[in-house]
Amino acid sequence: MATSTIVARPLPVLPEGWSAEKDFKPIGSITASTQRTIEPVGPHFLAHARRARHKRTFSEDDRIQAQESAKKIEKDDESDVSEPEDPLMLQREAKDWKSQDHYQVLGLSKYRWKATEEQIKRAHRKKVLKHHPDKKAAQGSTEDDNFFKCIQKATEVLLDPVKRRQFDSVDEKADVDPPTKKELAKGNYYKLWGRVFKSEARFSKQQPVPTFGDENSTKEEVENFYNFWYNFDSWRSFEYLDEDVPDDNENRDQKRHMERKNANARKKKKAEDNARLRKLLDECSAGDERIKKFRQEANAAKNKKRLDKEAAEKKAKEDARLKKEAEEKAAKEAEEKAKAEREANKKAKEAAKNAVKKNKRVLRGSVKDANYFAGSGDASPAQIDAVLNDVELVQGKIDPDEIAALAGKLNGLKVADEIKGVWSEEVKRLVAAGKLKDGDVKSLV
Amino acid sequence: MTEKGAGQLGVSPSDRCAIGISFGNSYSSIACTIDDSPVVIANEDGDRQIPTILSYVDGEEYTGNQAKAMLIRNPKNTVISFKDFLGQEFKSIDPTHCHAAAHPQDANGTVSFTIQDKVEGEPPSTLSVKEISTRYLRRLLQSASDYLGKKVTSAVITVPTNFTESQREALIRAANDAELEVLQLINEPIASVLAYDARPEAKLEDKIIVVADLGGTRSDVAVVASRGGLYTILATAHDYEFAGVHLDTVLMDHFAKEFMKKNPNVDPRGNARSLAKLKAESEAAKKALSIGTNASFSVESLADGIDFQTTINRLRYETIARKVFEGFNRLVEGVIKKAGLDVLDIDEVILSGGTSHTPRIANNFRAIFPETTSIQAPATSATAINPSELQARGAALQASLIQEYESDDIEQSTHPAVTTVKHITNAIGVISLSGDGEEIFTPIIAPETAVPARRTVHIAAPENGGDVLVKITEGGTHIKVTKPEPKPKENGEKEGEDEDEDDSDFDSEEEEEEHREKIWKIGTTLAEAAVRDVKKGGKVEVTINVAGDLAVTITTRAVGGKGGVRGTLPAP
Repeated sequence: MATSTIVARPLPVLPEGWSAEKDFKPIGSITASTQRTIEPVGPHFLAHARRARHKRTFSEDDRIQAQESAKKIEKDDESDVSEPEDPLMLQREAKDWKSQDHYQVLGLSKYRWKATEEQIKRAHRKKVLKHHPDKKAAQGSTEDDNFFKCIQKATEVLLDPVKRRQFDSVDEKADVDPPTKKELAKGNYYKLWGRVFKSEARFSKQQPVPTFGDENSTKEEVENFYNFWYNFDSWRSFEYLDEDVPDDNENRDQKRHMERKNANARKKKKAEDNARLRKLLDECSAGDERIKKFRQEANAAKNKKRLDKEAAEKKAKEDARLKKEAEEKAAKEAEEKAKAEREANKKAKEAAKNAVKKNKRVLRGSVKDANYFAGSGDASPAQIDAVLNDVELVQGKIDPDEIAALAGKLNGLKVADEIKGVWSEEVKRLVAAGKLKDGDVKSLV
Repeated sequence: MTEKGAGQLGVSPSDRCAIGISFGNSYSSIACTIDDSPVVIANEDGDRQIPTILSYVDGEEYTGNQAKAMLIRNPKNTVISFKDFLGQEFKSIDPTHCHAAAHPQDANGTVSFTIQDKVEGEPPSTLSVKEISTRYLRRLLQSASDYLGKKVTSAVITVPTNFTESQREALIRAANDAELEVLQLINEPIASVLAYDARPEAKLEDKIIVVADLGGTRSDVAVVASRGGLYTILATAHDYEFAGVHLDTVLMDHFAKEFMKKNPNVDPRGNARSLAKLKAESEAAKKALSIGTNASFSVESLADGIDFQTTINRLRYETIARKVFEGFNRLVEGVIKKAGLDVLDIDEVILSGGTSHTPRIANNFRAIFPETTSIQAPATSATAINPSELQARGAALQASLIQEYESDDIEQSTHPAVTTVKHITNAIGVISLSGDGEEIFTPIIAPETAVPARRTVHIAAPENGGDVLVKITEGGTHIKVTKPEPKPKENGEKEGEDEDEDDSDFDSEEEEEEHREKIWKIGTTLAEAAVRDVKKGGKVEVTINVAGDLAVTITTRAVGGKGGVRGTLPAP
């Protein structure tokens, strides 16, 4: 908005007596305004937004923008530092253009195939300004325009994409030789080979080309890299090295012969180039520690699987065995326990039997001690019989515990009456319990 | 692809390939910039205006004119006029235009369509309008990518000025789903203005522009103040009653009546298929009438297997469509009134949208506006840009301008804090003398200029040189402050127009000055300054700088001279 419109109508003349401090007299200020939204569209809005966001005034913004654009121009200039010119190169004959290094002629040896069209054009201009034959003539030297022709030829080749590719194909100065064993011995394997493939990558029809990577590359990256390079699709061609085909119409056969020869030579060179690349790759992959590492890792992984499986099987077997043993042991223990129990029962029974026998003996002994309740004098056999029968009867009616209790009561008693009292009491109890009938055991009452 | 801000796809500026998209209800366009000039991209069928239609036949997807042809054979699986439904609730949409195609349905309040988009036999799918838009945008992207030879990642899309926040969001989401980063949504009228202003021959002028976007299903008119390349919308109007389809309807009725004259008992409008054929051919006839004065109308088997052929001339068409044409006139006049302006204030009328090809509309506008106003339409201006392409071109230009910025940068720059600024309501100018020595106001900064603003003028000094007085004043009447170029009431419209006609021999800039000579009124004086010892025949440079807070800095000096006078007025 620095542009100004022009108004043809004149300004009034300053009236007499008008005066003000510094010739400026502020009187009022803007009376009204509205808030509106400007549309965020267009180049002038971008400028507005830039000013608003950085809080710049118009003149500040103009200055900063001017500075930035100035910087850009300077930067462009800096990028073309001129190379020193080889005096030998300056003496080249223009007719030997096939063997000249076009990049060197234009001072672009640093860039080579990377040089942009813009760079080539600028370099050409620079060289022309320096080596134009008219200039040389003006400086008084001879009219030697050989190098100027070299420059023109170089530009012609490099600015034609087809010719440039042909030249780049055979530009050996851009090649990086594969590292020797000696170099590799010092380490830097990946860096050295990486450089080689980086330079080879310029021939790839497919871009971008996967990089060689370093020792930390993943398996996928490495595989990707080798896959790409073993299937390398190159645009490299060797027309540039063709022998000259005679241009006269005199000898057609000769011409055709030369053409055939050239075509064969190209084919051969292409095949050689492919073989060279393949060899390069074989060499590189042979020494590539990453591939070995991945193979080992893969093997380790495989072995690990197998070992894991074996261990699992072994464990399963062991588990089964332990389980079986435990089961057997439990069964045996249960059996033994049952046996012991049986024996204990038997013993208890026998002991109870013995006790009952003993008690019964006590019972019988008690009536014997009481002289079969016959008072004094010998008891008649009949009485003895009756008493003993009754004792038998009572014994049959009561269980071993009661027998034991009765025996306890009777044990130690010697007096016939007391014994009789115990017996009669027992009989009474039994009668009361309904186990004996009154009168069944008269002899004991 | 990280989610950013309003669900934007983050594409770094270096990977961007940006285009402009004009996504319309009836037609869409895509454009890119080649060497900074916009180029509208043709799709694989060679169409630069691609019908916004999506159609499915046996699982095959069709868009553009191929899909449009399906309206006759397969209307049920053809979606048309869906763009305005984006982000709207079902209850607020107008489904009129979808009557002859897939009908919109209510799906939990949102709009959706039930379409057989797979092979016959499988169940039909219910697709939301967002999904439909995504599919359509994907096809547009494909066409653009094919043309450019690289994948398009980003776009600037134009939207009507009354597109709501939710509609904008829905559009951005639909675009994101189609793997398209939306750099910015810009208003349609502004895109049209930008397309004109970006022409190399265009001069940066302060002007008031009316943008009439006459589309297929809707007409939008906006009054835009263009001030030093900054655009401010002063008023808008939207109309759904006067648009392209209404012209189609007029022609359809006309042809149907003609047909029925010959075949009294057959109404081609009675049957959906006949109606579709009638509509398609009527639209073609309408387009033909925009180019030539005669158009033929011929449909095989229009109705009941009867072929029909007839012709129509432009005069006839203009007669029967007069009602619609007058509607456009009223619409434009209404919006100018709404902006508080007069037709005399309008410096330029830009016609955009497909309907703008119609010569009668442009000629009608020519009659409404004074001679000084330039009407940018094919019928009235040989240099006019194709109205159908304006929006896409503007969007493409904007895309090329902002594609190198980070999306955060764009977001911040379009933030209301940056875009909403004060606009001065009165012009600021300087007093100069007319031929007979009268004091007149010469505007330096026009009204409705966004601040901060800076303008510089070179004004002739008095013939003999010497000391001059620079008197800075506001211009306009303080009675009607909203009227930026107010004319006294007694100095009516008629008179103004007559004067314009008288002055029409001068070049347009001169005319503006002449014209204003009688209209500008000197308002309050802001400052006075003196420039001393100006050379004979010299010029005085006056620079007025209005800051964001309305403080004014005035610098004045003799052109080529040293020093000068500088003064500041405080903010009000």
